[in-house]
Amino acid sequence: MILQLENVNKEYIQGKQSVHILFDINLSVEEGEYLAIMGPSGSGKTTLMNLLGCLDVPTNGRYVLNGQDISGLSDDALAEIRNQYIGFVFQNFYLLPKMTAVENVALPLLYRGVGLKERRARAEEALKLVGLGERLEFMPNQLSGGQCQRVAIARAIVGEPKLLLADEPTGALDTASGNQIMEIFRQLSQRGITIIMITHEGDIARCADKTYHILDGRLITDSSEQTERKEDESDE
Amino acid sequence: MENIRLAFQGIWGHKMRSLLTMLGIIIGISAIITIVSTIKGTNEQIKENLIGSGSNVVSVQLFQDEWEYDFTYSPIPANVRVIDEQTRANLQQLDRVSQVSLYTKYSGGDGASAGSKLFSGEITGIDRYYMEVYGYVVGYGRSFNAGDFDNYRKVALVDQKAANALFGLDYPVGKVVEIKGEPFTVVGVVEQNSSFQPTINSYQDYYMYADTSAGKVFIPSSVWPVVFNFDQPQSVAVKANSTDDMTKAGQAVADYLNQTQIISSNAFKDEENEGGSDTSRGGISYRSQDLLQQAQQLQEMSNSTNQQLIWIASISLLVGGIGVMNIMLVSVTERTSEIGLKKALGAKKKRIRRQFLTEAAVLTSLGGVVGVILGVILAQVISFYNKIPVAISAPAIVISVVFSMVIGIVFGLLPAMKAANLNPIEALRRE
Repeated sequence: MILQLENVNKEYIQGKQSVHILFDINLSVEEGEYLAIMGPSGSGKTTLMNLLGCLDVPTNGRYVLNGQDISGLSDDALAEIRNQYIGFVFQNFYLLPKMTAVENVALPLLYRGVGLKERRARAEEALKLVGLGERLEFMPNQLSGGQCQRVAIARAIVGEPKLLLADEPTGALDTASGNQIMEIFRQLSQRGITIIMITHEGDIARCADKTYHILDGRLITDSSEQTERKEDESDE
Repeated sequence: MENIRLAFQGIWGHKMRSLLTMLGIIIGISAIITIVSTIKGTNEQIKENLIGSGSNVVSVQLFQDEWEYDFTYSPIPANVRVIDEQTRANLQQLDRVSQVSLYTKYSGGDGASAGSKLFSGEITGIDRYYMEVYGYVVGYGRSFNAGDFDNYRKVALVDQKAANALFGLDYPVGKVVEIKGEPFTVVGVVEQNSSFQPTINSYQDYYMYADTSAGKVFIPSSVWPVVFNFDQPQSVAVKANSTDDMTKAGQAVADYLNQTQIISSNAFKDEENEGGSDTSRGGISYRSQDLLQQAQQLQEMSNSTNQQLIWIASISLLVGGIGVMNIMLVSVTERTSEIGLKKALGAKKKRIRRQFLTEAAVLTSLGGVVGVILGVILAQVISFYNKIPVAISAPAIVISVVFSMVIGIVFGLLPAMKAANLNPIEALRRE
């Protein structure tokens, strides 16, 4: 088991009142699983993603990642866990605009203290894996959206994480590029990386092995296999 | 390393903004460098002017309390003896003293004339050692000889300025100059040899030196009583063995004269002077013009005014630092998502903090370097137009650059902390 959430709640204090966002989430994910979490906006899926990504800690409940309870860890300890075990793919890529593709990809290794030569070699390898071996020295503004997202995926996997977290990875892309990304995810999954993808698009979720639904802060469905899905694409 | 490269990239990416941010630091540092260079130059000039290059002459004169005793307008004090030749010889035996000359001075401004032309400078009665002690050389004619002194000849030496004043373009040797109505024959024109000037004996002389002095007329000390006071106590010119000996040699001579030449009578004694060796006997005493000390005092004076200037310039550094902080805070806000991403990828607080501190420090150090260059140029320009010597001080440059770096670190701290403590979720949420 790569990760396990036990009765996880998340509340935020907003002004004087607290907002309860996640209620008693229970979730366990096996190593190598590829799953999608679906939900309309405001359902708490981004908050769940932040918790899973160790960007935030639960208000109560337990989150065990790779055998380690992360609930009480300091910011720097969380940073180290993110760096070691988790790769992020964001909707808006978040590439640093003044760095080349290969420099962007090498960034997580820099924070891990890997030497320059090895950083570069591994970043090149990761870029080749996503089909951008020819664009190493391109700046982000010289790349298309799909290419940018592939650079971001390369950055996410360069450190060989246990867990790949993708937040609306195709949200800013056209269908063709989106399909390319999904194809890469499929390959990564076959290589044994655990992938959790958050989306509100049914087509995209269908690429995963398993889909969970989140609604009003509660994880409601646990459909073991992709079957019927007529998703309420209510608001973006 | 990486951070410094990133910092330069960031600064280069916002050229105009970076320049404006650095402006406060640039102005502050260049002002300080200019001031320090000018002070140092002035100080070196003061010392050189006051002490002269290699003359090593200290004058020991009578003082009434704090002021030089002025024989031109004051009566001769009753309790001071005239210095005889034996005493002069004794003085010359004192430690650190190489040569001693006695002289008397009249600076009434109405002493000498030739025809209708008046000479308003100083008239000095000199002994046979004076020319040597003060480094005068004969330009035309001859100097005084033993016969002049022994036979009370009414002869005079003039310097070039006095010669011009009295005789215009005429050849002065052999001409007659009237001193207090008595005719004196000019036997020579003297000038101080170049390695000797300027000869500065006192504060007053120092300021006078800046103006054009009116020149000098010399007569033998033996004929001084013919035209001036009969028993006027002399001043003493002491040539010390070396520049460093000047203070002690002058002090030794003054002490000796105070013990031997000034008659202490009960009437002059007052209680408050017990223990004070200098100021007794009715407030009259010999004192050496301690040029070294005077130079130091002048330097201290210019230092203290300039220190205030440096404080004022430092305020501009403070303002510059606040400007840096302001821009860095803006920069942190602008780069929130960059910071959030870096944290998501596993950058620890320390790394983010260091990145922004480095950027601030590089920014201000760059400002410091530009400020130093500008300050040096400014100092040269000032020196060129005001004829003030400028000495560029290497420690001041190093300190300035280091200090501007410190300013960057101090004022970069708050923005860097803010960046390091950003919550990555908040940071990523902002687009």
